Amino acid sequence: MPDIQTQGTEEVHPDVLLVNQAREGDVQAFEKLVKQYDRQVFRIAQHITQNREDAEDVVQDAFLKAYEKLDQFQGNSKFYTWLVRIAVNESLMRLRKRRTGKMVSIDEDVETDEGSMPRDLADWGPDPEMQYGQSELAEILRKTIQGLPPGFRTVFVLRDVEGLSTEETAETLGLSVPAVKSRLLRARLQLRERLSRYFRRNKRDGAK
Amino acid sequence: MTCTEFIAQLDDLLEEKVPPTLKAELEEHLRGCEHCVITMNTTRKTIEIYRSHELYELPETLRVRLQKAILAKCKKC
Repeated sequence: MPDIQTQGTEEVHPDVLLVNQAREGDVQAFEKLVKQYDRQVFRIAQHITQNREDAEDVVQDAFLKAYEKLDQFQGNSKFYTWLVRIAVNESLMRLRKRRTGKMVSIDEDVETDEGSMPRDLADWGPDPEMQYGQSELAEILRKTIQGLPPGFRTVFVLRDVEGLSTEETAETLGLSVPAVKSRLLRARLQLRERLSRYFRRNKRDGAK
Repeated sequence: MTCTEFIAQLDDLLEEKVPPTLKAELEEHLRGCEHCVITMNTTRKTIEIYRSHELYELPETLRVRLQKAILAKCKKC
């Protein structure tokens, strides 16, 4: 993460300085922001859209929209979370298009009972991922997270993969903190349940 | 404490955000419930695995192409 600099008595995040320079027309300053966050935006977009081409488009559109709207960036949130909000909205829009107009929102399918209580109680080995080669494991992880409803998937990716705080995730997605916590718990439990199919010990000695 | 009550606190427990009194109650539940021990450990492992594996890497050639395209459009704004 970039170092925090001080300006007078207040700490100023380096992104804010770059945003201010970019607002004044310094494209090189914006280029630094692109290079700082393009990997994360791509990852988030790919997780949400589940489509490589869409993820590429989201990266371009999210940064371009951010650039066009720099004047609207308030500075009371991090530039990164503001950018992620734009990227999430762009991603959901692409997902909706792929589904030929079917409504897609982060509220979709969140009323399911799945994951509210664990069912598969089999224990895993100490290093379950060692059972698989790297590419096979990556495929298992991708397939497993793809099966989550978009609303759960998005919260899990922002909180657990990208490391946003609960509050930042709530702000980014326009959800309440309790809603984020509820979705995160159920996303984690659903993923755990699904991964158990691959990682469980051979004998079903955990369930009673 | 029931398993449902334990699960409701699982995230806060994993993130070490529970106050000491509640933590003691959760640990007491764990001592008598193998299922919740397994759920907690495998949930923790789930998070660790997803955190430590890069599933969607942006290849350098594509990255450079996207950066050029973004900046070219920005310059036209």
